[in-house]
Amino acid sequence: MKVTIDGIQIEVPKGTTILQAARMIGPEVAPPAMCYYSSLKTSGGYCRTCIVKVTQGSSANPSPIPKPVASCRTEVMDGMVVENNINAELLEARKGVVEFLLINHPLDCPVCDQAGECKLQDLGYGHGSAATRFEFKRREYEAIDIGDKIKLHMNRCILCYRCVKVAEQITDNRVHGVISRGDSSEISTYIENIIDNDFSGNVIDVCPVGALTDKTFRFKQRVWFTKPVDAHRNCDKCSGKTRVWLKGEEVVRVTARKDQWDEVEEFICNSCRYDYKKTSDWVIEGPSPIHRNSVISQNHYQHLNELKLQALKQQNALGFMPLDKKP
Amino acid sequence: MQLTNRGKVVSNKEQSLAEKIYFPAIIKGMAITFSHLFKKRPTIMYPEVKRQYADVYRGQHVLKLDENGAERCTSCGMCAIACPAEAIIMESAERKKGEEHLYREEKYAKTYEINMLRCIFCGLCEEACPKEAIFLTDRIVDAEYERDTFIYGKDKLVEKIDKRIDVTKRQTPEVQEFKKLPGYKHNELYQKKLKK
Repeated sequence: MKVTIDGIQIEVPKGTTILQAARMIGPEVAPPAMCYYSSLKTSGGYCRTCIVKVTQGSSANPSPIPKPVASCRTEVMDGMVVENNINAELLEARKGVVEFLLINHPLDCPVCDQAGECKLQDLGYGHGSAATRFEFKRREYEAIDIGDKIKLHMNRCILCYRCVKVAEQITDNRVHGVISRGDSSEISTYIENIIDNDFSGNVIDVCPVGALTDKTFRFKQRVWFTKPVDAHRNCDKCSGKTRVWLKGEEVVRVTARKDQWDEVEEFICNSCRYDYKKTSDWVIEGPSPIHRNSVISQNHYQHLNELKLQALKQQNALGFMPLDKKP
Repeated sequence: MQLTNRGKVVSNKEQSLAEKIYFPAIIKGMAITFSHLFKKRPTIMYPEVKRQYADVYRGQHVLKLDENGAERCTSCGMCAIACPAEAIIMESAERKKGEEHLYREEKYAKTYEINMLRCIFCGLCEEACPKEAIFLTDRIVDAEYERDTFIYGKDKLVEKIDKRIDVTKRQTPEVQEFKKLPGYKHNELYQKKLKK
């Protein structure tokens, strides 16, 4: 099936969604996603940040779809033409979606541990405006402990359902879900039941905001002062391949490795996540790939080599010669 | 090769008699020195007399308390990442129940250190602060005998509740007006919450 996204044509198999097709092309056309998670079944369709404009439904029926559609839940048709970043009207609509997501968000980024790797923060900077227009009371909850290792800040939750899908699909028996409806819906562990599954810690990694955070890392460091390295250890429960966040020689946090779309590559077990906080426990492979525009790469100077290479390439393309080789 | 025409040719010619006896030159020099007795003195007798500083002079930092005497700083680290000299280090801690009068928010700075030898007083920390906690003031950092005493901790940086440091001069009417915009009034909202 041929589909055109932002003017780029790609051939995809039947049953692919628009979001997946856009991700196959690359990050410059892929719409942002807050609730869709490729490794979790039935995820997506809640947050509406991935909306795209379909200007031609298919080659058989070339009329456009009148409303923006959620690209994570819409399958491609042959000859479909999709507009994402090139459609100003759509970007305006997405800005509205972001504003709605932020309506109940407490904007406590200075306190929140997720700041710096928060998808909502990125989205807000990318699409929203700097100020909020909302002047009414936001919904407020007390922060709850889910077990002794996870903290739930319901204030920050955007109800993406990712953690619920993890509890359903990754862990054996689901012990938490969403209760109530509409504005008053909240993540609950069935009246504060403790999650004591070996893989329950993954809800922290899938959470796009700071609603579920690691209590062993709580207020220890801001993420951009720590240095992420890829590391592994022999683990009988999971693959043992993790990302270890170092501050000097100290391991301040262990998370799963995330890919380009900020999705976990391999889910890790709780003992890897919480119990091994010494550098000697881990075999360090090397620095994790972090986008150089990310605040996490700030002051780590990792990207300098990359910059040098880029500069060299540009110079070569322009026909510059190194100074010492000039005739 | 002559590069410029500003060079002077040094001559080895003999001095005249007037030059040889030196007296005219000495009298000329003394006259200049003597004339300074009647001119205005450029020296300012610090610390009895202090010269006037600009309203936005960037001197020693202060960590502000809010109206109720609680620390405004929430240890977000924005100042430390903004600091080009990497002079700021902090450690955060969680506020316990019953400490609400000491710290404004859930998280606070357990330790907060500025290395005054590293600091270049650029004011970027003040600019980066989202909580209006850190300000530079017109105070001058004291001279010390030891290098390690230049690392100022919270004991020196946080203002005393009975000795508030005035920073209103730094907050010009334009800045105050800007803060009244609906999106930026987290401070007012907090005040309302306390009163309830």
